[in-house]
Amino acid sequence: MSQEFVLETRGLTKEFRGFTAVDSVNLQVKEGNIHALIGPNGAGKTTLFNLLTKYLPITRGDILYRGKSIAKMKSSEIARLGVVRSFQISAVFPHMTVLENVRVALQRPMGNSFHFWKHEKVLNQLNDRAMDLLESVGLEEYADNITVELPYGRKRALELATTLAMEPTIMLLDEPTQGMGLEDVDRVTELIRKAAVGRTILMVEHNLRVVSKLCNQVTVLARGTVIAEGDYASVSANPQVKEAYMGSEADEEQETAS
Amino acid sequence: MAMTETTKARVSAVQESKKAANRRRIMIYLALLAVALIAPFLAYPVFLMKILCFALFACAFNLVLGYTGLLSFGHAAFLATGGYFTGYLLSQHAVTPEVGILVGTLAAIILGTFFGLLSIRRQGIYFAMITLALAQLVFFFYLQADFTGGEDGMQGVPRGYLFGFIDLENNLSMYYFVLAVFLIGFMLIQRTIHSPFGQVLKAIRENEPRATSLGYNVDAYKLVAFVISAGLAGLAGSTKTVVFQLASLNDAHWHMSGEVILMTLVGGVGTLVGPIVGATFVLTLTHQLAQSALGDWVNVILGVVFVACVMAFRAGIVGELQKFAKKNFK
Ligand SMILES: Nc1ncnc2c1ncn2[C@@H]1O[C@H](COP(=O)(O)OP(=O)(O)O)[C@@H](O)[C@H]1O
Ligand SMILES: [Mg+2]
Repeated sequence: MSQEFVLETRGLTKEFRGFTAVDSVNLQVKEGNIHALIGPNGAGKTTLFNLLTKYLPITRGDILYRGKSIAKMKSSEIARLGVVRSFQISAVFPHMTVLENVRVALQRPMGNSFHFWKHEKVLNQLNDRAMDLLESVGLEEYADNITVELPYGRKRALELATTLAMEPTIMLLDEPTQGMGLEDVDRVTELIRKAAVGRTILMVEHNLRVVSKLCNQVTVLARGTVIAEGDYASVSANPQVKEAYMGSEADEEQETAS
Repeated sequence: MAMTETTKARVSAVQESKKAANRRRIMIYLALLAVALIAPFLAYPVFLMKILCFALFACAFNLVLGYTGLLSFGHAAFLATGGYFTGYLLSQHAVTPEVGILVGTLAAIILGTFFGLLSIRRQGIYFAMITLALAQLVFFFYLQADFTGGEDGMQGVPRGYLFGFIDLENNLSMYYFVLAVFLIGFMLIQRTIHSPFGQVLKAIRENEPRATSLGYNVDAYKLVAFVISAGLAGLAGSTKTVVFQLASLNDAHWHMSGEVILMTLVGGVGTLVGPIVGATFVLTLTHQLAQSALGDWVNVILGVVFVACVMAFRAGIVGELQKFAKKNFK
């Protein structure tokens, strides 16, 4: 098998009591790409992420990381391989300091995470690296803040720094700019661009402006199946994609109206 | 490296304030220790020992509920296991008390590992149900087994000579030994919480899916915390048996699992000294009420305290005091 693809799925399917949320998806993520996964609400994007990282058991199909199946692995093992995800809802440790958030990610490779008899000050040797990571996302001056106190956009930046601390080969980002103001969207877009150097990114993104600026490959999901694939220009010209989006937007308007 | 001078200064400032907080904490601990050291001259030592044993039991329980986020409804099994094993060894094999206590603790650790392996994957109420069911199994086993004395319990356990030469029949010697056991247990918990392992536990409690996505096998960490807790609960039970020279089915009953939840919640779940305060409060209240004319109303009053605590003072005595202190002295 070629190792061209970092992550690949074959016939990946997830059924919830008869309802097929992800339907025979064949996804191929190329090394070094910033790959967007788009599609209307309820298309199955988050479910697909949950399958890729085994947060949900898969019904059928296979997942390959660099050509090897990871379908039987545990979530934590997949993370240790270098496939690291973020979450649609901001995922930080709210009552730890900003520095501690990043440090938790740096700590595991030290090999002392089960040492309940040691004082936590042994972790201080990670502070310099943690500060560097915080600096890379512009959070160094918040290092000692309790994380809940951060504004939303900063929390997402912290999440990115924590994910980067894992030195992932591929990052799965679920709507990293969701719920942000324009300014934050631009900042996070830049952060992702920087973070993408030397690694692969698969991201769910609703903001098509971000997708067009950032991503060199786009997969469109609707009702659990892939309906289009390619670069942004070709995908956005696809009539099926237009229809899927129009349909869902009409739905959403109805939802908000009701 | 890339760290700027200002951020370095900030980090050291925070470390300074942490150090100051540490100093304050050490002062408080020293004051409490002084009280504990003179207490047997001011109050009835056996009652104080009872408080220390239950305080250790509650602290152990708090490691699971407060610091790992697991509601165990089966901790009575560990308390009783420690008690029965120690009682059996002291009565039948004439070992020295420290050996009896060590073996009792070890038995609780083994049982805790077994409980943990069967239950740790479950969340919330399912975890509570499985631990309860397993503890009931243990209860019926102790009810039927010969060596426990069934419903009569194990009576007249000799306290013996600590290390072969300190006579524990002397209540004062016994008290200081129990105090030492308690302090060892308490310090182990305090260290566990402030260790690299404790950091991971905190992360798991705060956001379990995120901890998993950082590569932590969260079940393994929860299991270790659960086993430490079971062992310390066993240690409390073993020590209690030596103090009271008795091991009984009461300790294995699900009431006991409920009582330790009550103590922890009343004192303040997830605070280091909360369970100590809670155990003291509940035991003192029970003791006072039992001596008053109220008799059987004890449980009703305890129930009311519990409801008040859960509804109005969710953080418990220590938790509410901490909140108050933060608001007014900052
Ligand atoms: N745990 C679950 N149980 C049942 N149905 C689910 C579950 N998770 C998601 N779904 C359903 O699967 C579909 C896809 O959801 P999701 O993956 O969250 O969509 P997206 O992230 O693309 O908006 C939705 O219809 C949703 O209701
Ligand atoms: Mg989603």
